[in-house]
Amino acid sequence: MKRIVYREWLVEPQRYWGLLAMLAGVIAVGGLSALYMEHEGHWVTGMTNSVVWGTPHVFAVFLIIAASGALNVASIGTVFDKTAYKPLARLSGLLAVALLVGGLLVLVLDLGRPDRLLVAMTTYNFSSIFAWNIFLYSGFAAIVIGYLWTMAERKGNHLQKPVGTFAFLWRLALTTGTGSIFGFLVGREAYDTAILAPLFVVMSFAYGLAIYMLVLFYAFDADGRPIGPAMLKRLKNLLGLFVAAVLYFTLVYHLTKLYGAKNSDIEAFLLINGGLYTALFWVGWVLIGGLIPLGIIYHPELNKQRDWIATASALVVAGGLAAMYVIIIGSQAYPQEMFPGHSVIQFGAPGDVGGRVAPYSPSFPELLLGLGGVGVALLITAVGIRVLQFLPESLADRDVDPHASARHA
Amino acid sequence: MKNESEPTNQGRRDFLGAAAGLTAAAVAPGMMLHTVDSEAAAPTGGVSDAHRWGLLVDTSKCADGCTACVDACDQENGLNLQSQPLGDDELKWQNQRATWIRKVKLQDNLTGQVTNLPLMCQHCEHPPCVDVCPTGASFKRADGIVMVDRHTCIGCRYCMMACPYKARSFIHEQVDQKLTRAPRGKGCVESCNLCAHRLDTGDISTACADACSAEGHQALVFGDLKDPTGPLRQALAKKPNRQIRQDLGLNTGVRYAGI
Ligand code: SF4
Ligand code: SF4
Repeated sequence: MKRIVYREWLVEPQRYWGLLAMLAGVIAVGGLSALYMEHEGHWVTGMTNSVVWGTPHVFAVFLIIAASGALNVASIGTVFDKTAYKPLARLSGLLAVALLVGGLLVLVLDLGRPDRLLVAMTTYNFSSIFAWNIFLYSGFAAIVIGYLWTMAERKGNHLQKPVGTFAFLWRLALTTGTGSIFGFLVGREAYDTAILAPLFVVMSFAYGLAIYMLVLFYAFDADGRPIGPAMLKRLKNLLGLFVAAVLYFTLVYHLTKLYGAKNSDIEAFLLINGGLYTALFWVGWVLIGGLIPLGIIYHPELNKQRDWIATASALVVAGGLAAMYVIIIGSQAYPQEMFPGHSVIQFGAPGDVGGRVAPYSPSFPELLLGLGGVGVALLITAVGIRVLQFLPESLADRDVDPHASARHA
Repeated sequence: MKNESEPTNQGRRDFLGAAAGLTAAAVAPGMMLHTVDSEAAAPTGGVSDAHRWGLLVDTSKCADGCTACVDACDQENGLNLQSQPLGDDELKWQNQRATWIRKVKLQDNLTGQVTNLPLMCQHCEHPPCVDVCPTGASFKRADGIVMVDRHTCIGCRYCMMACPYKARSFIHEQVDQKLTRAPRGKGCVESCNLCAHRLDTGDISTACADACSAEGHQALVFGDLKDPTGPLRQALAKKPNRQIRQDLGLNTGVRYAGI
């Protein structure tokens, strides 16, 4: 088999620096937004005592689960010994770390007291899944960096499989942990189910791969590296599988909730009469993030064109953000049920919310902070592939898996 | 779940004791020093598990339209000193300002009967807010009071997500005025602490219960759940009562009669 050659990203300097400048701009605006929110306090956001986690959490959770999903491509190559995926592994590791850093940054900057980060890192409550997640996240970054080393360094090559397997198991724990942040909330009807953790795992597969494909296509396009049709087919089939799995688990999630009859109200809210949240569920999560991409991926003509596959990936990302919005914000907006058989006709002062749907509209600074996190992830990736050898020179079929293409021919 | 949470709570308390000691030494005024001063003993800052403080709310006595308990709490804990930030929407502000106790009015879906009740932190024996707090800033004292250490709270708001009673508030705005007995800071979470500052100086009462009695309603009885001869246990024995969301098994310190 041919040796895979990796090369720094050879995009023209103007384009590279232009890209960096743009990302730096997005990050700067996000940073300024965070400063503004921190200085004024959270009253300038749409968040309240009812909807306590707003748009920044939508982005942060999305980026974090996508991070673990992005590593999947590497895992398939190393852990499951699929030779064809091996050349994709380095970018997969880099992207995983980059997305994680972006997501965590947003999470931290949305704290009420980000200046107390040191407290968070030195004072642990070990019964808190949140505290465990801090370990899961930092461990993940460390392991993936180690994994990248085993890929790049001849001396470490023999460790690649054990380290890769470890990273794969760790990423499963990480997504399960992130899902559990919500699963542990007994007082919130929408989250009170065991299916949330596996749902998060399949979501991470889909979103991580979609982002991976977008980055790969863009980077390869920019300096004219080839991607063979078999490779394209492989990736889009994998994406199709993951997107279908998300839809399947979404169905299971709602069926379990409907089955536990006392949750039927929140179900009606999410599925039928929740206004914006219902719309985001059906149009965003199911249609844009699920059915349309599947339609493209399994369309006999469109699915051979890279641009269409990229479109499908972008739709999966958009649908993923919608799904996060529904899961995180929709279920906070839905009133907590405290008095079964009763209607709440007054709850504190007028304007205070209980017993009815809480209003929330995202403010600009929140949105910009979230986008800033995306910017950070992309900046790390862009610089990474430029200065280090992350990208394979070619993904043409004969370079990737000569036997496979010989068979097809 | 119940059996598991006890030992972890214990470990956490010891740990917190140490953390609280450090914080108290490092940071000058504030609740920690205050409690350490009052009874320099146990690691939890001088509170013992000989007591478990709680409340009984008799909803049949809670008067429609009365807000005496809410007003008293606002005064006692400086909540009336909060000011709406310039430019904030009025309705949004009502949903952003800190509220430790609120008057809730319910209507029975079947009979149409209306019930009034005050709702505050229920001081759960197995508090979900404490379980989820990543830094241990949310903690339960030996005497059952659940509160937030404002020196270690990072404002992640996970406890607010976890509380089934919407009892917690996040400080969304800059704080210009506050009382020494109720320190408050932008970016931290707080909730009812059963007037811990009173208890820690030997005054066995809460502002809300006092105010309710002063109005002549007697809908709130404060006392020690562990004292069989005390007023709370006597009152509990007289009236059938339950916990809100009893199904969650949190064993709350606040009980309700007539719901
Ligand atoms: S009522 Fe809420 S804030 Fe109070 S102890 Fe229970 S979970 Fe914590
Ligand atoms: S907001 Fe503060 S008290 Fe609440 S969970 Fe976070 S650190 Fe703990």
